[in-house]
Amino acid sequence: MKPGMLLLWLMPLLPPQVQATQADQIKASHAWIRLLPANLPAAGYVTLDNQGSSAATLVSARSAFYASVMLHQSATDTTGSSSMRMLDRLTVPAHGEVSLAPAGYHLMLQEATHPFKPGETIDITLDFADGSHLRVPFSVRPANAPD
Amino acid sequence: MKFSRLARLACLLVLGMPLAACQRNETAASWQLTDISGHMPDLAFQLTNDQGKAVTAADYRGKVALLYFGYTHCPDVCPLTLAHLHVVMQKLGKLAEGTQILFVSVDPQRDTPEALHTYVTAFDPRVVGLTGSPAEIEALTKRYRAAFSREPGKASDSYEVSHSSGIYIFDAGGKARLLATPDDAQDKLVHDLYLLLSAGGTP
Repeated sequence: MKPGMLLLWLMPLLPPQVQATQADQIKASHAWIRLLPANLPAAGYVTLDNQGSSAATLVSARSAFYASVMLHQSATDTTGSSSMRMLDRLTVPAHGEVSLAPAGYHLMLQEATHPFKPGETIDITLDFADGSHLRVPFSVRPANAPD
Repeated sequence: MKFSRLARLACLLVLGMPLAACQRNETAASWQLTDISGHMPDLAFQLTNDQGKAVTAADYRGKVALLYFGYTHCPDVCPLTLAHLHVVMQKLGKLAEGTQILFVSVDPQRDTPEALHTYVTAFDPRVVGLTGSPAEIEALTKRYRAAFSREPGKASDSYEVSHSSGIYIFDAGGKARLLATPDDAQDKLVHDLYLLLSAGGTP
């Protein structure tokens, strides 16, 4: 039997309308952590590209290497005053992209389990609203890394 | 040939404009950052540097000073600004020796001289961290209308600080000259610092 024929035979056995999870739809890139000295809170950045036809909503993030990972947003008001606020969720629109990048959205990483070095890779798991998860390797970069 | 005449005309039009711009004298109009000359007081403070030594603004006279307010528990905007300033220093090359970056903590409770030293040197060895009593810090932020506030955080012992994100630039004589924001391109800072430094830092 030709391989193509086998696939045709097996097709009816697959569950109908397999719904991709939100995590499946997301392609993560440019994931990095700006390492700060003395176990100070650090920031994690990543670009989330939603390749699916429905929105994906990031609701939390966690890592075995940090006691706490929070979704934050830095904002500068009209007077030039800069502050941070915590976000409950962050939606990546269908076929859209959201960047967690310096001076905007970021993951605030607190209390690392051990001191890291630039060049290491730290896994952070992103949790989506439908209960799906995406494990993303973040590369550790030095404090003065340009964005 | 018709083409070459057109090309020459185009060159004249395109190149003519910057030439005219260059002929204007190099003053206020040539700054790419916000000119604050005459709108902000001279650099003055009494603080403690990241070596634990008492310092005043007079200790940094003779250098173009870049004053920035921040705090070490600031994982996003402060590191971005300091990383940008590090690149600016690199781009200035030898001229960077005539500049001094002053990172003033608006969180003196947590930012001891030691903590500041570890933080600032992670970005650039040329950055000096400054801290002081809450009253001394408040006096300096008020002087430059760099408001900051403290809001309680989620955990009982944590709090968040909002602060002015501007970079105040003073000439070698301690006169306030320019204001940069973290959004300003590094090249604008390099351009203006180059002008300030090559003019000897004084008008």
